[in-house]
Amino acid sequence: MKHNLTLAALLAALAAPAVHAIEYATVVPKQSSIGFEFRQMGVPIKGGFKRFVTDMRFDPEKPEAARARIEIDLASIDAGSPEADEESAGKLWFNRSTYPKAVFVASQVRAIGNNRYEMRGTLTLKGKSREMAIPVTYQPGKNNAAAFDGGFILKRLDFGIGEGMWADVATVANEVKVNFRIAATGN
Amino acid sequence: MNSPGRYSTPAVLLHWLVALLIFVAFPLGVYMHELPLSPDKLKLYSYHKWIGITVLMLMGIRIAWRLTHTPPPLPRDLASWQKRLGALVHGLLYVLMIAIPLSGWLMSSAKGFPTVWFGVLPLPDLVAKNRELGDLLTEVHEILNFVLLASIILHVIGALQHHFIERRPFLQRMAWGGKENA
Repeated sequence: MKHNLTLAALLAALAAPAVHAIEYATVVPKQSSIGFEFRQMGVPIKGGFKRFVTDMRFDPEKPEAARARIEIDLASIDAGSPEADEESAGKLWFNRSTYPKAVFVASQVRAIGNNRYEMRGTLTLKGKSREMAIPVTYQPGKNNAAAFDGGFILKRLDFGIGEGMWADVATVANEVKVNFRIAATGN
Repeated sequence: MNSPGRYSTPAVLLHWLVALLIFVAFPLGVYMHELPLSPDKLKLYSYHKWIGITVLMLMGIRIAWRLTHTPPPLPRDLASWQKRLGALVHGLLYVLMIAIPLSGWLMSSAKGFPTVWFGVLPLPDLVAKNRELGDLLTEVHEILNFVLLASIILHVIGALQHHFIERRPFLQRMAWGGKENA
């Protein structure tokens, strides 16, 4: 009996790290960023969004249980110049008065090896929703902190971003490289 | 006495090529910056930048050529103040033809728009993105251009004046045909 108790305690101690596996659920906005790059007349232009809210839960051991939701305030855009920031609000671009936010909701996360995960989900932008698969790299840091870096190519015309005269992809390319870093702490 | 000489053919070619490019880029610059944002505006900006960088490149060749080739002598009886004024305007034109495209390139870099020559050759950003510097360089670019306009007017008036009022054969110096200065 006494012997069994010792064994049970030993097993519990061994199992402890798994039981207390880290789950990242607190996002650190100041260390998180969303950027993009597009080509205009062959010239690379960098931009980004300053305000976005991320809700997430992620346990590297249980990616199937992961959840993520990112809501971007489109008014916080840096489209490369003040003139472009202003232009982007208009009907031909984001039509921001009707669609002020972009929302990504992850539906499935699976491990693809080497701390890399594939996050599938739906991006809703300007009233249009598209399924996408985004590769994300998990980088554990010190003190239960971690960074999640991802990137994908967004085709702006899939969402009607830049309609009418702006639909000409020879001037503003259809492909927009999006990259993000979500910093989070876990417990 | 009159000098029958003219500049060498490459010098003449470079002079008129740069003149033509400036003749296109200047009004384009004045026109485009007032336009509301549109794909056409982006195209015009690119064309303007491509022309400017082309001028900068041609100026490199022009200066190298000028330093290694003697221009035809000026008429001996030209007043010395005219010679000095002519040399001053020529010097100013050279400085401006370098400084203006350079200020445009810097301003573009400062505003966060890299320059890709003809959409093919990416040029390095000479300064980092900086709104205040970009606005300052815009002013510099504009002011230099109005100095250029004034210098070109002086340059043209000088040449026409020598040719038509002083009745010296002068315009052939920058023309094709005729005897080249050895």
